[in-house]
Amino acid sequence: MATVAAVIASTHHPFYYRASTATGEERPPFADEWVAKIEAFRQTLTRARPDLLVMVGSDHFHQLWLDNMPQFLIGKAPFYDANFYNEEREFGLPRMRLPGHEELSAYLLRGGMDAGFDLAFSNELRIDHSITCPIITLRPAADLPIVPIYTNIFAPPMPQPKRFVQLGGVIRELVESWPSGQRVAIVGTGHLSLELGGPRQFGPHGPDPEFDRTAVEWIASGDLGSALAQVSLDSLWEPGNATHGFMDFMLMMGVAGEGAKADYADSLDLFHTMEAYFTWYPNGVDAP
Amino acid sequence: MSKYLLNKFLYTIDRDPELVERYRDDPRGTVAWWEAERANLILNCHEGERSSWLAFSDAERVALATHDYPSLFGLGAHPFLTLTLFIALFERDHAEPLGFQREYAARLSHWGLPYPDIST
Repeated sequence: MATVAAVIASTHHPFYYRASTATGEERPPFADEWVAKIEAFRQTLTRARPDLLVMVGSDHFHQLWLDNMPQFLIGKAPFYDANFYNEEREFGLPRMRLPGHEELSAYLLRGGMDAGFDLAFSNELRIDHSITCPIITLRPAADLPIVPIYTNIFAPPMPQPKRFVQLGGVIRELVESWPSGQRVAIVGTGHLSLELGGPRQFGPHGPDPEFDRTAVEWIASGDLGSALAQVSLDSLWEPGNATHGFMDFMLMMGVAGEGAKADYADSLDLFHTMEAYFTWYPNGVDAP
Repeated sequence: MSKYLLNKFLYTIDRDPELVERYRDDPRGTVAWWEAERANLILNCHEGERSSWLAFSDAERVALATHDYPSLFGLGAHPFLTLTLFIALFERDHAEPLGFQREYAARLSHWGLPYPDIST
């Protein structure tokens, strides 16, 4: 059976690529600290020696649209082109192409549906920065096959938080039952408190630093009970109008499992939003 | 109220570099053209298979035609779509990094929770 080599959850910040590659006067004052933290975080994936990546993210109205909106979708394609014109325009993100892994995609689709998730699928999916940001931060060589999984954290009505957690658990069980000798890292990105297009956007910190501190503690300690008790679709509007992206963190907590303490946890207080980085090794990891 | 159509306008303009410039230069004309020619196109269907019922309310049409993003927020347009497109339109006019984004926040500062419903 396949091995879950690592479970990784983080924020995805589309400005990282530009900040980390800028030089001279263009380079923001926080760039060096940010790069150092990302490089340390990257080591947590490198150490796990993954053969392929399951990537959980959320399309930002790029390919998925309100005329036909899936709640949970798995890509099943030999390749995924990546990043869109408006991401190139606003964030300077490069165009990319990532190899797919159709066998694991098919296994997750069949198994997920048999486990109670009627998953949508796509045979031609262009992925956006919710998946390419963690490729850029964690695996910039972009050399491993991926299975992209998209969630709707963006367009109401959305699934309940508990469904994100449950889907995370199903993904973990399915990867562990996949008849393969491969080492799979399950990587997902979401948000802490975040405001986009509202009065609290682009402040000196995230819109709700107290929510961020609490959420980081929930994730680092695997405290799904508290997260599920205190988070609802209604409550997530309060820390910031784009905070439903926290449900992708909850999905990743579901992958890691109830009570699973992160083996690595770090954060960075930036303008606009707090960055946070977590890694679990369910089966241990070799010494660095 | 046709929040879906507001979002469809923002979405289809934002993804097309030529339409972004056209909307910046001639908002009123672009909105009129789009409502007449594009509003009823189903994005994943052949152009001959159109919808027949989509139209802006007067308030929506005016807000789009005047680049009035605070009004779009109040009308329940999806804030991510509005922000992304308006950054493309107007960030270039601000010398300071994030100057437009901060002005945008300030112009919405009279809003408290709950914000307008964005459900479609």
